[in-house]
Amino acid sequence: MKTIIYLITGILFGIVMYKSEAASWFRIYEMFNFASFHMFGIMGSAVAIGFIGVHFFKRKNIKAIDGSELSLQPKEKSIARYLLGGIIFGLGWALAGACPGPMYTLAGVGYISILIVILGALIGTFLYGIFKNKLPH
Amino acid sequence: MNLIYESWPWYIGGPAIAFIMLFLLLIGKKFGMSSNLRSLCSIGGAGKLADFFQFDWKSQRWNLTIMLGAAIGGYLAANYLSSNTVEINESLLPQLQAYGINSAGKAYLPTEIFSMENLGLKNILILLGGGLLVGFGARYAGGCTSGHGISGLSNLQLPSLIAIIGFFIGGLVMVHLFYPFIF
Repeated sequence: MKTIIYLITGILFGIVMYKSEAASWFRIYEMFNFASFHMFGIMGSAVAIGFIGVHFFKRKNIKAIDGSELSLQPKEKSIARYLLGGIIFGLGWALAGACPGPMYTLAGVGYISILIVILGALIGTFLYGIFKNKLPH
Repeated sequence: MNLIYESWPWYIGGPAIAFIMLFLLLIGKKFGMSSNLRSLCSIGGAGKLADFFQFDWKSQRWNLTIMLGAAIGGYLAANYLSSNTVEINESLLPQLQAYGINSAGKAYLPTEIFSMENLGLKNILILLGGGLLVGFGARYAGGCTSGHGISGLSNLQLPSLIAIIGFFIGGLVMVHLFYPFIF
């Protein structure tokens, strides 16, 4: 039963990614040229509503359905890893025109070439795991 | 407005993403897509080579299921719910044409980069390199557009704001400094 809920959530997410065009290379290119409000509107409205929801959950001390605390733990403090990691991520996001969620969606659409992007992302993840202890965090 | 075939405006897409994120919180999970890449590495046996991949990936099955759903959603949307073209700001078309990309407005992804007929060494390097940077950067930064951009910012986490600033520095450098050399 839980698996079905996760699957349906994922399907809705995939439809939203595709239909909102957040999975389109063209929209990412347009965003980094500041040539349309579209992507900024998607992220801005998602964060605005997300913030209201999270704030409400915290105020009312709402627990997850299994009674546990919501997964809102603060992330560890650092600048280097977020800034450097973020810059590296941004370089790739603008080149491949896809971030991780849309990669899976585009694979489902049937773009064989996106499998090369996913392979690259797996290699990148693997390399991070190998060099993790040598990087500034 | 034909919501079935036309693309969705930002004020439908953005709130929908927020509701998915909030729903996952309520069922005791958190929204973050790139951590699936780590799970996939673990499944592939990467734990033998790096401690980073020695974790109980089975605890992440729920997220892998969402990943599978995201692929199914893409299939459904592209085949039954879309005209599969993306219209962007026309002022960008001359620059794209100068890069040899003429499929704006006619395709969902630029065919010059993504179609199998055009899959030469250069495109393979672009796709593999782009993916590699995304995968490495997401784990180094501890999250991607979903984990930092939506989940983290909604919770007003400073690390996520730093990561987003990084995403944009990287993206702007790529598009405005590196593109002329790549395309």
